[in-house]
Amino acid sequence: MTAVMWANLAALVLLLTAFLAPLALWRRPGAARLAGALLTLAGCAVGVAASVTALVLGQGGTITSLWRTPLGPLTLALDGLSAFFLMCVHLVGGLGALFGFGYVARLRGHLGSPAVAAWVPLLIATMAVVVLAGDVLTFLLAWELMTLASFFLVTAEGQASGRPGLVYLLASQLGVAALFVLFLILAAHGDGTGFDAIRAASAPGAATAAACFVLAVIGFGTKAGFWPLHVWLPEAHPAAPSHVSAIMSGVMIKMGIYGLLRVLTFLGTPPAWWGLFLLGIGAVSGVGGVLHALAQHDLKRLLAYHSVENLGIIALGLGLGLLGMSQGNGPVAALGFAGALLHVLNHGLFKGLLFQGAGAVFAATGTRDFDELGGLARRMPVTGTSFLAGSAAITGLPPFNGFVSEFLIFLGAFAGATTLPPSLRLWALAVLPILALIGGLAAACFVKAFGITFLGEPRSTRAAQARESGRAMPVAMAVGALACLGIGLWPLPIVHLATRATDVLGVSGTLPPQALAALALVPWIAAALIGSILALALIRRALLAGRDVRRTATWGCGYEAPTPRMQYTAPSFADPVLTPAHFLLDAHHDDVAAQGPFPVRAVHRHHLGDRAADRFWRPLVRATIRLFERIARLERGDVPSYLVYVLLTLVALLLWQGGIP
Amino acid sequence: MRDVFLHLALLVLGPLTLLGLVGRVKAVAARRVGAPLLQPWHDVWKLLRKGAVYSTTTTPLFVAGPIVALACTALAALMVPLAGVQAPLAFPGDIFVFAGLLALARFATMLSALDTGSAFEGMGASREAAFAAMAEPALFLVLMIATLPGGTPSFSTAFNELSGTGGLVRDPVLLLAALAFGAFLLTDLSRIPIDDPNTHLELTMIHEVMILDHSGPDLAFLHIGYAMRLFVLSAIGVHLLVPVPPDAPLAALAVLLAGQAGIAGFIGGIESVTARLRLTRVAQFLIGASVVAAIGVLVLHLGGRA
Repeated sequence: MTAVMWANLAALVLLLTAFLAPLALWRRPGAARLAGALLTLAGCAVGVAASVTALVLGQGGTITSLWRTPLGPLTLALDGLSAFFLMCVHLVGGLGALFGFGYVARLRGHLGSPAVAAWVPLLIATMAVVVLAGDVLTFLLAWELMTLASFFLVTAEGQASGRPGLVYLLASQLGVAALFVLFLILAAHGDGTGFDAIRAASAPGAATAAACFVLAVIGFGTKAGFWPLHVWLPEAHPAAPSHVSAIMSGVMIKMGIYGLLRVLTFLGTPPAWWGLFLLGIGAVSGVGGVLHALAQHDLKRLLAYHSVENLGIIALGLGLGLLGMSQGNGPVAALGFAGALLHVLNHGLFKGLLFQGAGAVFAATGTRDFDELGGLARRMPVTGTSFLAGSAAITGLPPFNGFVSEFLIFLGAFAGATTLPPSLRLWALAVLPILALIGGLAAACFVKAFGITFLGEPRSTRAAQARESGRAMPVAMAVGALACLGIGLWPLPIVHLATRATDVLGVSGTLPPQALAALALVPWIAAALIGSILALALIRRALLAGRDVRRTATWGCGYEAPTPRMQYTAPSFADPVLTPAHFLLDAHHDDVAAQGPFPVRAVHRHHLGDRAADRFWRPLVRATIRLFERIARLERGDVPSYLVYVLLTLVALLLWQGGIP
Repeated sequence: MRDVFLHLALLVLGPLTLLGLVGRVKAVAARRVGAPLLQPWHDVWKLLRKGAVYSTTTTPLFVAGPIVALACTALAALMVPLAGVQAPLAFPGDIFVFAGLLALARFATMLSALDTGSAFEGMGASREAAFAAMAEPALFLVLMIATLPGGTPSFSTAFNELSGTGGLVRDPVLLLAALAFGAFLLTDLSRIPIDDPNTHLELTMIHEVMILDHSGPDLAFLHIGYAMRLFVLSAIGVHLLVPVPPDAPLAALAVLLAGQAGIAGFIGGIESVTARLRLTRVAQFLIGASVVAAIGVLVLHLGGRA
């Protein structure tokens, strides 16, 4: 057993202590929160150190439990792939816990309960075990515990979060059903439930492998939020407390990506259609996610749809990687997988940061509705600056981290379009305009999200009175923003860590030298950009020194009494994008027209439905409920009818066993 | 080294002059006396010497907008070959960095517009965001047509390759690319038929309304950034249409300048003879541009060149 495994065990023990400590200190909520937060942070710090060390030194290891279950011992195993995801879990989880400490202290209410403080470290610990699991049983146990921990966190805010919690739990259980079948097939084929045994067995036949792949995409895709399996995301994220949304959207949904990659290591060389399948899912999730995000009025719901979009981008990278693997094309595979994995980390960082920003806004104003926000950048400078950095990063703008991962996927798509067999080239090529479109739409969406929330004048007194609060929340957001900027400024070290993970996938060869050369140039370009921005700022200051610089009201065609209500609104901002796309979307309007020569009141409400939820899942759930209601009619509640059932069953059995003459 | 200096000199002297040329074309077409060729220089010089007025609503982001936009455009301009076919900053993937920098410039301008809290500027930013997003696929498809035959996603390699093939005369696909790129260029630069730089009504403006509250040196930076964008994008247009001789610097320079003058004539000509599109039609125009470029990519693919 290696030192890194000991360190990982220590991190797990710290996190489990952090789970138990608040429960032990039940009667003293303040002390419980503090102990929980400190222990969680310590655990995450140890975990980050252990996983980064494992990645840098290329170390791994295995721990096997001394006692055995009927299926064999429980196993924890560490390789490059799990170490990379482990780093994401501890990094984003730790920042979320830090933010949560301040957030809960600010909001109290249901959230102040030690029970809520306890579930966060448990969620982080179970995610760590999911990526460390070395056999099927450990994996599924941790997976289910992770779902349970996050379910209790989603419902932590009481009554209103009950339904979203239920939707989340149901979606997760449907996904797990697919996973059970998947792992049964794999275990039966691989002669044992250990991942090593499964991998050591010869690759399954084409039909079995295809079934496994589809089951994995459904089961893990539900957690990851691939379209149309994403419907729980826009329900659960707004309902959960913000630090929990940050952890769930930042890393928990990535467990789906981890699972998919882990299963792919069992299935041998993929056929080309797997890659095309994931490219299709990625394109639909990416464009669908960002279009729906644009129409949202609730900041956290908007961010939830952006998770669908970003998981779509990750799927595009994975699809390219699989296409490359299927053709033995090392550079395309390496670029696609490295881009996808780096985006896993990047999305964790900036989406965690953005959800925390939404939480800070909610803590300060009590609302997440764009119509009541505005002007927060001057009132909450740290939150505003961090949210801006997160917005630029999620849009894929240089010099932030989102640009680097999308750059790798762009390079992979280009390499695919020039070096794959001709029949597959167009598919790789299609990734380029699609990713460009997603980027453009994301820019529109985050100009709206940041601009309406943080710029202009406050649209309500609550927003006007907002203040930055505490230290933990601003510190967590600033660290996240700096991490986004840091990876964007100097990407090569992190890209090398991501290639450690792609090694596990059996990708032949590392990143092509051209891509590495381009990445090595990124710090210089970023330095030139920042340098010229600073130079221009100095020139401007020198020019304006000693001149007449005045402040006055915003230009309104000479109108001197503007009110905040006259500002452009979020739905208006999104309209020019959504109107041309109306045939893809289910928009509902609810209007009360102005009447009479002196109209007093007019109402315009806009709501965007979700086709996957409204036209697929809702009818399916209704049909299922009707079916069960029909079955429930058998349960009549009186003894004679049950006796008749028994008799009928016996007769049927006799006929079946005895045979009908 | 000499090439780098030439590049920088072109970048300093060219943009505002080209913008003045567009104005001259429109004046001549309308038989007006019009402003002199160097009018943009005078405007910028005047603005740089002025003080400034800021809205009480704004944050430092308002000031950052023009600065970031100009810095991004200038940096992106180093990746596009101006005289000859080699840019000072060329590496595999520079087309993606170029697109990223232009997007960052636009992002900063839109945020600095929203920073004023003005409904006009919000409306302008909203339209800019929508049209930019719809134009993005067209840009990428055009870049694919240009770069795929060379096999490297870099302007310099691609234009070197194009200069060898004989350009438009021998390769009609480039005509499709040029058509789509023309649509992108008009959108990105907010010209007719997407936007009218001469309109006087705030409600109908897009680019102009976003910079309504900027004044003094900030406005000068925005004007320089805009002119530089015009200069760089028109240079890409020239490279798409005309083979630039790689070994004869003077001839290359002459081709570039003549071509850019031609594009200024194209922009000014369109503005002289057409009105702008209804806003609801712009989406069709831009999707049409993407379709044209996609057909170009298909032709390349079926011809076995991509």
